[in-house]
Amino acid sequence: MSQPELEVAALGVAGGAVPAARRIGVYVCHCGGNISDYVDVAKVVESVQGDGDVAVARTAMFACSDASQQDMIDDIQKNQLDGLVVASCSPKLHTYTFRAVATRAGLNPYEYSQVNIREQCSWIHRDDHEGATAKAIGLVQAGIARTRLTEPLEPIVVETTPKTLVIGGGIAGLRAAVGLADIGLQVVVVERELTLGGWVGRFGELYPYGKDGHALIAGLVAEIKKRPAITVLTGADVVGKSGSFGNYDVEVRVGGPGAGSISVRVGSIIVATGFDSYQPEAGEFGYGINGVMTLPEFTDLLDRSTGPLVHDGKPVRSVVYVYCVGSRQASDVEGANEYCSRFCCTAAVHASVRAAGLDAMARQFHLYRDMRTYGKYETIYTRSRELGSVYLRFPDDTPPAVARGEDGRLVVTVRDLLTDGEELAIPADLVVLVTGMVPRKNEELVGVLKLPLGSDGFFNEIHPKLRPVETVVGGVLIAGACQGPKSSAESVASGLAAVTQSAAILRKGFAELDPLVATVDTDACTACGKCLDACPYGAIAMTSLDGREVAVISETGCKGCGGCVPMCPEDAIDLRGYTDAQIRDQIDSLLEVSVA
Amino acid sequence: MTASVAGEAQVEAPAFVPRILVFSTNNISDPGIDLAGSSHMHYSPGVMVMGMPCTSGIKPAWIAHAIERGFDGVFVASDGDECAYLPDCAKRASRIMSQAQVLLKEAGQSPQRLKMAAICSVCAEPFTRQVTQFAQALVALGPSGVR
Repeated sequence: MSQPELEVAALGVAGGAVPAARRIGVYVCHCGGNISDYVDVAKVVESVQGDGDVAVARTAMFACSDASQQDMIDDIQKNQLDGLVVASCSPKLHTYTFRAVATRAGLNPYEYSQVNIREQCSWIHRDDHEGATAKAIGLVQAGIARTRLTEPLEPIVVETTPKTLVIGGGIAGLRAAVGLADIGLQVVVVERELTLGGWVGRFGELYPYGKDGHALIAGLVAEIKKRPAITVLTGADVVGKSGSFGNYDVEVRVGGPGAGSISVRVGSIIVATGFDSYQPEAGEFGYGINGVMTLPEFTDLLDRSTGPLVHDGKPVRSVVYVYCVGSRQASDVEGANEYCSRFCCTAAVHASVRAAGLDAMARQFHLYRDMRTYGKYETIYTRSRELGSVYLRFPDDTPPAVARGEDGRLVVTVRDLLTDGEELAIPADLVVLVTGMVPRKNEELVGVLKLPLGSDGFFNEIHPKLRPVETVVGGVLIAGACQGPKSSAESVASGLAAVTQSAAILRKGFAELDPLVATVDTDACTACGKCLDACPYGAIAMTSLDGREVAVISETGCKGCGGCVPMCPEDAIDLRGYTDAQIRDQIDSLLEVSVA
Repeated sequence: MTASVAGEAQVEAPAFVPRILVFSTNNISDPGIDLAGSSHMHYSPGVMVMGMPCTSGIKPAWIAHAIERGFDGVFVASDGDECAYLPDCAKRASRIMSQAQVLLKEAGQSPQRLKMAAICSVCAEPFTRQVTQFAQALVALGPSGVR
């Protein structure tokens, strides 16, 4: 493509009344050189200086630095600014930083707009400085256009109930319950089974520290018994949920189908419902043949053994592990599990160390695709090799085959990539299918909580790094393996993250919500009811206003998605921060520059 | 490259760089588009992105407005099945697209000026490829008429 030339074209001002001028401050960041090496930031500032609504426009070496923040505060106060535009990096990084700058300067934080001229401009157009500069000008003008139409908003204040419901009494849920009680909250734990402990409670020695699963759970249960703030309901299911952020009324059925239910009012909900273990189909890697077992079945055998392994009355002299069973499946398989289950490589390697400890003479072969004993778990892999385990890597498109030979012994055939694809036939007394985690089938609960599932079937967080335990349903948090495969330690860590998040919501007794929710222009509303169907959260209702029916949107029930906006035939719904007028003006402003 | 062939035909005229408005979503596709930048990929500066909370909140009239005012194409970087708000987001989005295409036809514009693809939070390369291909298609289609 040719070098586009910069041309700033002034469009004619549309007719109509001219609203009172705003006093907006515009700050264009160098980001060291991350922006200014490719975007002429001085030219960007110059381009907006003639704007009648812009009172201050400057560059900043690092807009997020303490010094620049203080400069902004001084400017806002000295010039009585009523709007703020910061053109720097992605809004994911510093939206809260600059909202706080506005607040400290006495400016309403919702009068500020972030413009992304780094990730979506300077870094992506490094070969085209003029194009990047022209585009940055357009983006900044759109930010000004948006800010021209902002209004001061107050966060929605909701009084909260200082109590948390934990769904699932596995290691993540139990540890979270103890953490919540210690931070001063009341806790109700709901467990579907009659006993607590989940998967970890069924196991003996766990990696990496060799702790005993039963003992860990017994320890947590003992801690729970010491804390009167915790109520535990076993044999119980969550069957209903109403209310909104900070005050949910949850219906819990205790005693199985047909039994009565109780209602619990809580401020937040931590979902820690765990996972199911992948169950191979009959014939999948020989599953169904005597001697072919899944990883949990093998772990159970290890837990029951005190000496050399015995299966079906015969000593086990050779064990073959087949990795990635039910994980990383090809996408063309119906209902494929395309993800990696993370824990199973280390769990199988650890199992082989245990097996070697029971019988140093046992031969162990690991048939793997990629060995993912991440972090310090690498040491367990090294230990397993020191104890004699042999690792063979097979090609993704040629998985091992498991069969019973004529002599009645199991034989696993595999192509070994590291010896140039040589085919090996390994006799085995036991074949362990290293099975991963799959999402737990729990349609009733999914329906009650209205939590979105990811394409892998696990519960979806808002962002895996930035908001890892929050869901779009305010005050409903997810922890442990219900969110995706995790080790027990990682499950506990996410359970504690959910505790912290719960405390942040509930400890003050009230919470502040972003007011960027949908609103109804009641004059334009004809009460057709189409928006009611558009909202799966039940945030919209009909009410009577001055003798006629109109739609009304609950500020605390609205998730701010805007899904109702295009459904309104009267254009009577606007999403704050993304109003019809703001979007149209931003589109027009983006076109005020020519990038070619 | 297709673009260079078109360029040779009209050596003197400045090359047509289509202006593309992208509707992204704050939690799903915008991080993917950010990642394209962080990974120092490349697409045309004619591509400009506006973030929304959710694809299902885009009004068809905004798409028509963008073309009417001078964008050559609108690319909806949708949540697809990953929407954290609405389980039926993909269905709603395709309804919005159909309605917008009707509006474009009514305005005498080609419905090919509108394109949607699901872009996930790590879909940097697919986004870059999609908008680049879309830009090439728009070069073939020519400017929307408003400059």
